Formats: sequence, C-alpha cells, structure tokens
Amino acid sequence: MVPKKDVLLQIKDLRIEGYSEEKWVEIVHGVDLTLHKGEVLGLIGESGAGKSTIGLASMGFARDGCRISGGSIEFDGMELTTTPESDLRALRGSRIAYVAQSAAASFNPAHKIIDQHTEAPIQYRISKRVEAQEDAMQLYERLRLPNPSEIGFRYPHQVSGGQLQRAMTAMAMACRPDLIIFDEPTTALDVTTQIEVLAAIRDIVDQFNTAAIYITHDLAVVAQMADTIKVLLKGEEVEEAPTAQMLGSPKEDYTKSLWAVRSFKRPQKNRPTGADAVPIVSVQGIDAAYGKTKVLDDVSFDIYPGMTVAVVGESGSGKSTTARCITGLLPPTKGKILFNGQELPAKYTDRTKDQLRQAQMIYQMADTALNPKIRISEIIGRPAQFYSGLHGAALKNRVDELLDLIELDPAKFYNRYPPELSGGQKQRVGIARALAADPAFIICDEVTSALDQLVAEGILKLLDRLQQEFNLAYMFITHDLATVRSIADEVVVMQRGKVVEQGPKDEMFTPPHHPYTDLLLSSVPEMDPNWLSTLLEERGTDAIGEAADV
Amino acid sequence: MGDILRLVFKRLGLGVITLLVVSILIFFAVELLPGDIAEAVLGQGATPETVAALRTKLGLDQPAIFRYVQWLGGALTGDFGVSLVSGERVSSAISGRFINTLFLATYAAVIAVPISIILGVIVALLRNTLFDRVANVVTLTSISSPEFFLGYILILYLAVKTNYFPAIASLSADMTFGELLHRTFLPALTLVLVVTAHMMRMTRAAIINLLASPYIEMARLKGVPPWKVIVKHALPNAWAPIINVVALNLAYLITGVVLVEVVFVYPGIGQLLVDAVAKRDFPIVQACCLIFAATFILLNLAADVGAILTNPRLRHPK
Amino acid sequence: MSTFVIGYYALLIGASCLAAYFKRREMFLLIFSLTLVSFVTGIVGGAPALRLITTCAGLLALAAGTSYAFREFLILITPEGVAKELRTAPLTAAFGMFVIFTYAIAGIFAPIIAPFGEAQVISSAFAPPDETMLLGADQLGRDMFSRIIFGARNSVGLALLATGLAFFMGALAGLLAATKGGWFDQFMGRFADVIMSVPSLVFALLMLSIFGTNLTVIVIVVAVIYSPRVFRLTRAVAGNVVVMDFIEAAKLRGEGTWYLIRREILPNSTAPLIAEFGLEFCFVFLLIAGLSFLGLGIQPPTADWGSMVRENATLISFGELTPLIPAAAIALLTVAVNFVVDWMLFRSSGLKEV
Repeated sequence: MVPKKDVLLQIKDLRIEGYSEEKWVEIVHGVDLTLHKGEVLGLIGESGAGKSTIGLASMGFARDGCRISGGSIEFDGMELTTTPESDLRALRGSRIAYVAQSAAASFNPAHKIIDQHTEAPIQYRISKRVEAQEDAMQLYERLRLPNPSEIGFRYPHQVSGGQLQRAMTAMAMACRPDLIIFDEPTTALDVTTQIEVLAAIRDIVDQFNTAAIYITHDLAVVAQMADTIKVLLKGEEVEEAPTAQMLGSPKEDYTKSLWAVRSFKRPQKNRPTGADAVPIVSVQGIDAAYGKTKVLDDVSFDIYPGMTVAVVGESGSGKSTTARCITGLLPPTKGKILFNGQELPAKYTDRTKDQLRQAQMIYQMADTALNPKIRISEIIGRPAQFYSGLHGAALKNRVDELLDLIELDPAKFYNRYPPELSGGQKQRVGIARALAADPAFIICDEVTSALDQLVAEGILKLLDRLQQEFNLAYMFITHDLATVRSIADEVVVMQRGKVVEQGPKDEMFTPPHHPYTDLLLSSVPEMDPNWLSTLLEERGTDAIGEAADV
Repeated sequence: MGDILRLVFKRLGLGVITLLVVSILIFFAVELLPGDIAEAVLGQGATPETVAALRTKLGLDQPAIFRYVQWLGGALTGDFGVSLVSGERVSSAISGRFINTLFLATYAAVIAVPISIILGVIVALLRNTLFDRVANVVTLTSISSPEFFLGYILILYLAVKTNYFPAIASLSADMTFGELLHRTFLPALTLVLVVTAHMMRMTRAAIINLLASPYIEMARLKGVPPWKVIVKHALPNAWAPIINVVALNLAYLITGVVLVEVVFVYPGIGQLLVDAVAKRDFPIVQACCLIFAATFILLNLAADVGAILTNPRLRHPK
Repeated sequence: MSTFVIGYYALLIGASCLAAYFKRREMFLLIFSLTLVSFVTGIVGGAPALRLITTCAGLLALAAGTSYAFREFLILITPEGVAKELRTAPLTAAFGMFVIFTYAIAGIFAPIIAPFGEAQVISSAFAPPDETMLLGADQLGRDMFSRIIFGARNSVGLALLATGLAFFMGALAGLLAATKGGWFDQFMGRFADVIMSVPSLVFALLMLSIFGTNLTVIVIVVAVIYSPRVFRLTRAVAGNVVVMDFIEAAKLRGEGTWYLIRREILPNSTAPLIAEFGLEFCFVFLLIAGLSFLGLGIQPPTADWGSMVRENATLISFGELTPLIPAAAIALLTVAVNFVVDWMLFRSSGLKEV
C-alpha cells in the first residue's frame, strides 16, 4: 500500500457517449476515480465495461465517435475537460503516457523504434537527440531487452511481440511521466512471455515512482500490479478497494462471482482398464504441415469414452492443428487416426456420413460458429435432419428436446436468430448443434476463452453434465490451466508441434514436471498478490531472459 | 534487399505473361470471325477469286500460330502490318496519333493528380462534416456522368456560348505550345473532371483507412501535433495507396480518352480505333487494342511495383 | 441595384446570422461562404449570375423537398422492417430512389406516356418545340420527348439485361470459387485478371468489330467484360464468409457445395451483392451508352439515349440544349443509382467510417 499523499488524478462523475445508429448513447455512466502520486490503480471489467474509454479519458482524449459528455477530470490541478486541445497535447507523452494493447500495431512500421522513442523528448525539448537515444538504451537495459544498444535501431516488424511491448513501455517512460495508462499490455501475449513484460512494467513503475492505471480483464494479472482495484461493469463502478482487501473479502455480488469462478472442480476419472477397453479416438504418430512448414511432429495420444482430455499449449504449439487433423480438414502427412479401433480416412470428404456424425466440434467464437442468418431451430435442427432424416413434428420435438438440454426455453428461442442471443446463449446453441448429431466424441476448441468468467463456468458445468448423461468423450483444447484443472481427466502438453508430456491430471499438476510444463504451469498468474514476486525470486532474474527462448 | 527484388521481378514476370495472354486474346479473337478476315472485309458480293487473292495477300493460307508469332514479332518492332482499307502502314497511321493521345492524357494527369490528391486529403481530414458530404455528392455526380455529357456541356458553355475555347480540338503543325494547350483545354478538362472525382474518393478512402490505424492514435497520444501526425506518421505509410490511386486512374484515363477524342474530334488513337471498328479494319483495331491494353497493364504494374517498393516492412526485411 | 440583388444578399446574410446565432456551425459556414462567392460572381457576372445561383438553389431545394416527401411516402407504405431501414436513408438516397422510381414508370408505361411512336416521323428535321412536341423534333423529324420516354425502356432495359447476365455468371463463378477453392479458384482468378487487364471500352470495341453490332452480341460482350468484376467482389465477400467456423461446421457435417452456397454463404452476402449490382449497373449502363454514342451500340431506328446524343450533336454548335437532354437522362439515372448504392454500402459496412 502506498501511503495516501498528493492526489494526481481526480475524476468525478465522468460520462462518455458513443455515436452509434445515428445517435449518441451514453457508455460510461458517471464514474469517479482518485489516483495518488506513485499509486497503481487496476481497472478491471469484462469487455464493454468501458475501461479503455475511461483510461483514454484520463488523458483528456476520446476516440473518434466518442465524446466526453459530462463530469470533471482533474490532473494535477488542471481541469482536462475544459483545457484547450493544444495544452492537452503538451500534456500527452510528457506528463501522461499511454501503452497500447498491441505494440505491433501501435508502432509506426515506417520508423525505427528508437526514433519513435525519442520523438516526444525531442519535441518537448527535454533532451537532444543523442542524449535521448542514450536514455532510451538505458531504459531498454532496465527493461531487460536483449542488445539494448542495438535493438532500438531496428524497425518494429523486426522485433518480437513481447520485446515490442517492453519497448513501448520504455517509450512511455521517455519523458518520465507522472502517469502511465497501461491498456491491456499483456493480453495479446502468451503466458510465458507475459511474465517478463509484467515484471518489467512493475520494476520500472516502482523505480521511477510513476502512478499508473492498469487496465485488464485478468484478475490474477491485476493482483500482481495494482495497489488498488476498481471493478467496472457496463460503464459503472461496482466497487473499489485496496488489492488485498478486494481479493480477500469482496463486497458486491458481482465481484464475488468473478472470484468464485475458479472454484468449480470435478474429480478426475481414470481410464477404463481391461482388454475390451478401446479408445474412442486414438491419434498415432501424426505429422502435419502447412505447405512446407512442419507444424506437427509425431503426435500421439488416446481418448477413452466418457473422458475429457485437455490439450494445452501456447499459440503455435499445434493444439488446434491436431484438432484439424482429427476432423480431417488437414490430412496428416504421416501417421493415422483410429476411431473406435478403425482407421479414419485422412480427408473429411472421404469419410462416411456416420463417421462424420460421430465426431463433432464446438468452437471458440460462438459469433462466427453460428450462421447469423439462420434461425436457431434450423441451426440445431439441420444435423438431426441431415443425419437421422427427421422432419416435421419429429424434428420439432427433437429441437425442443435439445433446447431443453442446454437450458434454453424452446418457446423463447426456437425462432430467434443468433445475433439476438448473448455470448453464453450462443455457445449453448453451439453445444446443442454438436449434440444434435448424437456424437460419441466432441472437440471443444477454447470454448470458454471468449466468454466472461461466470458464463464460462456455466458452460463448463453444462458440458460436464452432458458428458455424464451421454457418456461423451471430450478433447478440450485450451491455453487456460484453470479450465484444465476444473474439467480434465487427462492432460496433453504440447509445444512447437510436439507432445512434451502427457498423463492423468492429478499427476500432471504435481511435480516433478517436464521443464516446459513447469514453465507453463508456473507462468499462469495466480490470485495471490505476491505470486509474481515469489516466482521471480524462485527463478532468479536470469531465468526471465531465458524464458523467452524456451 | 533480396526479398524485395524477388517480389518486383515476380510481379514484372506476371505482367509480361498477362501481356502475352492479352496479345493472344486480341489476335485470336479475330480468328473467331465467321468465315475469315478476307470474307468479312470483301463482303458477300465478292467472287471466290478475289477472296482467294486477298487471302494469299494477307497470308491467311499459313497456320494461325505462325501468323501470330509473325504479328507479335512485328508488333514488338513497331510493325503492325498494313491497313485493309487504305493500304497505309498501320505504324505510320498510329505513331503521330499515339503521341497526340499521350499528350492529352498527360495534360489531364498533370492537372488532375495534384488537385485530386490535395482535395482528397482535405476531405479525409474533414470527414463527416458538411463539406465532406457536399464533396461526396459532387464527386458521385461527376463519376456518374458519361464523358460525352460533360464534354458537350463544356462545349456549350465554354465554346459555343462564350467562345473562351475552341469546340473542336484540331491540331496543326505550326502551333505554339501555348496555342496547343488552349486548343486542347476542353478535352483535357473533361478528362480532369471525371478522373479527379475518382481519385479524390479513392484518396479519401485510403487516408481515412490509414488514420484509423493504432499507430496514428499512438502518435496523437504521444502529443504529436496534427500536422506532424500527417507528415511524419501517416504519409510514409500512405505512398503505397496513393501510388495505387494514381496509377489506377491514369489507367482509367485511357478508356475515357476514346470517347473524349470523338466528342472533340481530336486526332488521337481513340478516334482512329473507333473509325477502324466501324470500317472493320482489323490490323488497326488489333494494333490500337494492343497499345491500349499494354498501357493499361503497364500502369497497373507500376502501381504494384510502387506499392512493393514503398512498403517499409519489405524495405527493411528481418 | 435592383430589388432582386438587395433581397438576395439580405436573405443570405440574414440566414448566416441566424445560423451563427443558433450555433449551427456547418450551416453558417456553408451559407456565409455562399455569400462570399456571390459577391465575387455578382461583380463578375452581374444580376444574371445571381439569378442563376438562385435558380440552382431553388432546384436543389425542390429536389430536397421531393426526396423528403418521397422518403416519408415510402416509410408509410412499406412494412415495419424496411421502413426502419428507410428512416436512416439520407436525402440523396431518397432522391435516388425517387429518380429510379420515375424511370421505372417511364420505361414500363412508355407506349402510354409517349404521345408519338418511337420511329414516327411527324414534322421537319430539328423542328423547334411547340404544343404537341414538348422538346421539338430530332434530325429526322421524330418527336424528341417520345423518343426519350422510349429510350428509358430500351437503354435501361438492355443495360439491366446485360448486368443481370454479368451478375449471374460472375456471382456463380465467385461463389463456386470461394467454396471449392483449389485449382478452380486459381484458374478463375487468373482468367478474371486477364479480362480485366484490357480496358473495358477497348475490349468491347474489339469484340463488336468482330461480331458486328446486334443486341445479342452487345449483351453477351458487355456481360463477359463485367462479369470478372462481379466475380472478384463475390469471391471476396464469399471468401470472408467461407473462413467462418459455421462453414467449417457445415462442411464437417458433410453438406454438399450447393447447400453451402444456398443456405450458408448467400444469406450472408446479399447486402454487398445488391450494392454491387447497383454499381455494376452504372458501369454497364455507361459503357452501353458510350458504345451507342460511338454508333456501335443500339442501332437506329430504336430510340436510345446514347445514339440520340450522337444524332443531335450538331445542334450544340447552335447553342441548343436539346441534345444534352438524353445525356442528362443517362447521367441522372447513374447518379441516382450511385446515391442509393452509396447509402447501402455505408449501411453494410456497419458504419465503419465513423
């Protein structure tokens, strides 16, 4: 906790409107915010909560199509809502800086990184070019970028994502601002890369005693970074409290629900034993390639009926590609896939209708997984009609039955279109479509990662219930270890197209691990505010640099 | 720089292939004639002997492939054969007129390109204001009007009713350059009106697209002044779209030029093409088509190569 | 100074002051810049120039009024869903719809509206307008007005036919290419590139010189020239749909190509395709008009706007406006379609530009 001292930023009753459908609609409804010098405030909320908009507003900035319609924003005694644009501009970059979500898109591709870094200090006549460049290199070194004296002279596209994000933090520091707005700076990064960026940001904010607003949707991340946490929902404040207090004893129901999510846990089931136990899906030594790039290398694992196998790994690990091989969208170059002991044709076009029916898929983005122009009744009804030839009243009964199964009221949803549904409802429809085929095996591709936490838990519970009811086998593709903990029976860890470790869940979550599993497990942020510090101590500073190369 | 050269050469190679395919198309389209050229030219009243004689004269007794290679070889050296109607060499009929057409297109381009890019940028910066909406309506109207409509309106108001400019853009050898510019002003202005509207709209779209990118927002959040945002952050990334806009519209000028030349009786290659089509003078039609198509393809090629050369990601490979 | 000039400036300055007072910034800028422009044109051109400006402003106001009334009319007579969309239409789009509506009426009921037949010679060549002939006679003594009405049927009808054919070929190929992918996609893409690498008017001239200028040839040639554009757009639009997971789901279900196109892709591509139909119609219409103007399109005695301009062009050197009327008819329809398309594109882009 930072002791209460001078107030740096004071926002009162902030109202912001957005322009849509030919009229102005209020999207932030009177938010108050107080930030002291050197304090880090975490803004947390789901998408659409208005956190980025508030972050930008604290720089006196509104995106095109948005406007600040009411309230006051006082920065160090200056009222930003009435300050002329030219004075606001003088503030930006020098006293308030911004770190964007995607560094790759926010660096100008036409200029070298260091030239973009020194732009503000030179413009504000804080230093000459050479001094500014030297300062930049020192900052790069502090942020533990490799080759600090040379990296700045590269162009943005020549540097990796995690490094760019650190370079952007360095750029925000260039004029030693009083306040930095971090807008989801690690959301686009993998967990193992995220650690270094988090550590770098925290160090530098500490060292220069800079105040910061840290915007994120990830509770565990914000717990590491912030002194105080403010929870937002649909443009309104839910509650605000010091981090430890907020984590320990949240007051509001909504906040409690956010915290409670990670509580769902199902006991692990074990593989059936005996000679007649045949895996429903058996992946045997498959290789796959996109063009000439090899993306899968000798991948093997089995999935038994009624069990859930979680395939985990970071982006590029080949977990989705494996799913594409199983469904037949990408024929493997080597190896084979057995279904109930029988080999499946490599291409889905060569498979029989029954083979196609048996294996179904649920997608990550329910928005793109459901055709927005087709009624729910047809989306769910089509597989039933296509595979079992149902029609007329029988088809309607089947659809009603499926809607009941996914806990949506048939009378209400039968004739709706997907865009009229909420994210969770859409995902349920996606599940119903898979069920309609009466399958034995379902691939769930990051089914909960696009959903808000509470909704995600509902989906997991539903999937669990359906599994017990219909003895379904699931292949659960995810990068979220919390999901793995709650629902998996067995875990397959993938890295760069290879299976690095696999086994029953409980075994996987207890040491000793394969080094990569260890890195992956330890990199997942935990709610404990001391987690990052402890982890960094354990690994030692040197380990952080290596983490990027693993 | 290896990457960028490879890309450029690949694009150049593709251009050459397209040109070749188009030349095949132009040559063999004539082969699709019911009967053959000789019959088509002489009509139904011709005796078999005269038809046979013309066939021999045109070399029609040789296989088509052979004639194509001969024609293409000739075209590469500027020899397009002999006109069926006048007996004149096609190359001598075309060369002077081709220069006239080039002059007219250049005249229009020199006026239109700077004006439309500047206006396009201004409109993009003032987007969603009343000015932008008025500009939108005006440019749409200009695009929608046939070239001959604009041409005749200009003739009516600037030539017939007021006598500021001549209605017919005839050329003579002893004109001064100033006179030349004056005589050809109306056809050039017609082209300018059409092309400017197109170019303005495309520039506006390209700039708006660019201004929406996160790095522009980042520059603004760094406190960079607006003019510098445009000059330093937007412009270096805007070359590719702007080059594209210019080249596409120069290519568009080529189609427009045919109609405008007819309206103003301007002695250019477009006029020649239209006459030849009416008289079914195939060697001239083929030659003109090939020249138009080649210019069109070259301009598109230039646009793509320009876009490759100005792309910062390609200029500084990993 | 005449009362007209005084009244003119009084009105403008008064309006600017009102706009400024009510803080209508854009309105003020518009009116005041018009005032400044009027000062200059007034000094150069005198009262007649100001009268011209007044006439233009009056015409604009009339057009705006008509468009507004027509939009309200449409909102009243259409069902709720369509009416909701129509409310968002700007006046320009409403104006476009009104013009298209008028042309459609003129084209469909041409024989009833036109006082004379399209090839009927009723007076001497270039006879001036009188009570029976609203716009006078053309170079053969046929009624200009009747020919313009019939032209609506012939020129627009032909263009619609060619656009429809181009659309059918292009859209079908585009949908197939997007769904099937592979060599078919590659081949069609290259093929379209080649056709599009020849300027359309030049291509049309080449083909017409070979096959002659009858209507079937024109329709087919124009359709072939413009189908690659439709192909490219459809391919792009459908390409965006095809990568969606619901298409993958349908493919994995084992659905056939035809089902994918009909039920999954088409319903998600209609908005941009309709807008493209409008744009394509403009291109086709202008190309055919250009060909007719060159004497290579619709052949006499059929009434057609492009050829009417050509036939009566000599009148222009006498300062007559008449030959410009068919040309204006062409321009007006294209403008109208473009206005409507512009609005539809804006709607379907999901207001991205804001």
